[in-house]
Amino acid sequence: MKTTSKVYTAIILVFLLAPIAILLVFSFNDSKSLSVFSGFSLRWYRELFQDEATLRSVKNTVVLAVSAMAISTVMGTAAAVGMHRLRGRWMQRAFDTVTDLPMTNPDIITGISLMLMFVFAGRLFGWQRSLSFWTMLAAHVTFCLPYVILQVLPRLRQMDPALPEAAMDLGCTPFRAFCKATLPELAPGILTGAIMAFSMSLDDFVISYFTAGNGFQTLPIRIYSMTKKTVTPKMYALSTIIFFVILALLLVSNLTDEDAAQKRTKRKSNTKKEH
Amino acid sequence: MSRRKHGAQWALLSPYGVWSVIFLVVPLAFVAYYAFTDNGFAFTTENLTRFFTAKSSVTNADGSTREVYTYLLICLRSLKLAAISTVICLLLGYPLAYIMARAHARTQRMLLTLIMIPMWMNFLIRTYAWMTILQDTGILNGFLGALHISPVHIIGTEGAVVIGMVYDYFPYMVLPIYSGLAKLDVKLLEAARDLGCNSAGVLRRVIFPLSLPGVLSGVTMVLIPSISTFYISQKLGNGKFFLIGDAIEGQYTANNLHFAALMAFLLMLALLLCMALMKRLTNRLVYGGGA
Repeated sequence: MKTTSKVYTAIILVFLLAPIAILLVFSFNDSKSLSVFSGFSLRWYRELFQDEATLRSVKNTVVLAVSAMAISTVMGTAAAVGMHRLRGRWMQRAFDTVTDLPMTNPDIITGISLMLMFVFAGRLFGWQRSLSFWTMLAAHVTFCLPYVILQVLPRLRQMDPALPEAAMDLGCTPFRAFCKATLPELAPGILTGAIMAFSMSLDDFVISYFTAGNGFQTLPIRIYSMTKKTVTPKMYALSTIIFFVILALLLVSNLTDEDAAQKRTKRKSNTKKEH
Repeated sequence: MSRRKHGAQWALLSPYGVWSVIFLVVPLAFVAYYAFTDNGFAFTTENLTRFFTAKSSVTNADGSTREVYTYLLICLRSLKLAAISTVICLLLGYPLAYIMARAHARTQRMLLTLIMIPMWMNFLIRTYAWMTILQDTGILNGFLGALHISPVHIIGTEGAVVIGMVYDYFPYMVLPIYSGLAKLDVKLLEAARDLGCNSAGVLRRVIFPLSLPGVLSGVTMVLIPSISTFYISQKLGNGKFFLIGDAIEGQYTANNLHFAALMAFLLMLALLLCMALMKRLTNRLVYGGGA
């Protein structure tokens, strides 16, 4: 890299990372100030673990994200396999458009549209509280689905179509052929899709904001209601913890990736020896 | 056999199809339905008229007041701030993506991770961090004070909102441009050089046109969230600069669902139109030739 490129990259990285660094540092601040650092303390971490409403919202967020991930991964993988086999042009375009919709529509419109339908249904059927965990789950599954589908579809296109056919020639039922031949080929795409769905659900604020019921608060909604008043560094402490959890997860997944790659090369060399 | 195969395909597709109709298509229809009905669900264009004719008075800098079209002004302001942010993201992001794409594989991976780090923080927290930086008594002014530079007043201005938008959505601009540039075939660049292009010519005639699809998706991914945001303007603009997202959110909080729906409906139409135009434009630029 040339010097100008290096300097340019460095400036941009400072702009991107400085706020994060400030946030991490001030989570250990002794005083309530978010601009003057007066000494190291774990005070905000202690307060965080005594704040039951926030802890409950963390639990809610994880429960919601895991449920949304599970449903959207299964439904999305099935849909991708179906879409890949789709032959009619008109149907193909219809499904492609529907898959693109939640990604190109601004979140605020997805949120408002779902909210209007839920409120209307609530009035129609006379439900007391039309917005609840279930409406949020439906909303989250809806915006997670495209991420799964768009990760699995390219894998299907790259796959050798002869693979499941060969399995069936060798006596597999179509279902077994799918499990034994197709699924392992799709696995990396499914995994990436599931991770993306999970993190999208975890991070979503706008759509949750419009579809959340009073009883069920996720962490972003909790942060929103807290930042309406003055914020204590407690939120920074929480962000710091989340930051390091994600960092740890990334490191672990990187390591297991390398592990798997090593195992694969080992297995390959072993099979070579057998021949 | 073929019928069984067909059956299996529909078993795979129908859950997603049904789900999309119920939770995507029907809700969008509800937006249109609410937009053109009143509280008793009778047809009305009152919301539409209100949007285009509602007036309010604003105070000028010299203390005088003038009448403005409330919602048209909000739309104009949203468009202006989102466009400025998108252009800044593009101008800052394109060179970075270019540098990244030409770096060593290991440097590329490292830079990619570093650029994505802010995305691990919830966007509310990221925006809030900027609020504490830009405050009048915040970190930036403390830093400037240490350098004996007079403090700047940024929070509560349109500039602060733009900073927030650029910061929050910058990675969405860099990543698609980078992935386009990284896939670029080096042979094409060599061919252009062999045919007598200098570096600037290669950049202008080969690299830039081929990176346009990435630019388009970057622009889309920055423009759409920044035009419809409401948190950034609330926090960094001190709620002084109402954007279309703020207007929708405000009407939702005030339980004026029909008017909120109308604004969402118009926003959706405008964006669809915008996207179709941009797609056309890039298609012409990339595939239609024309030097």
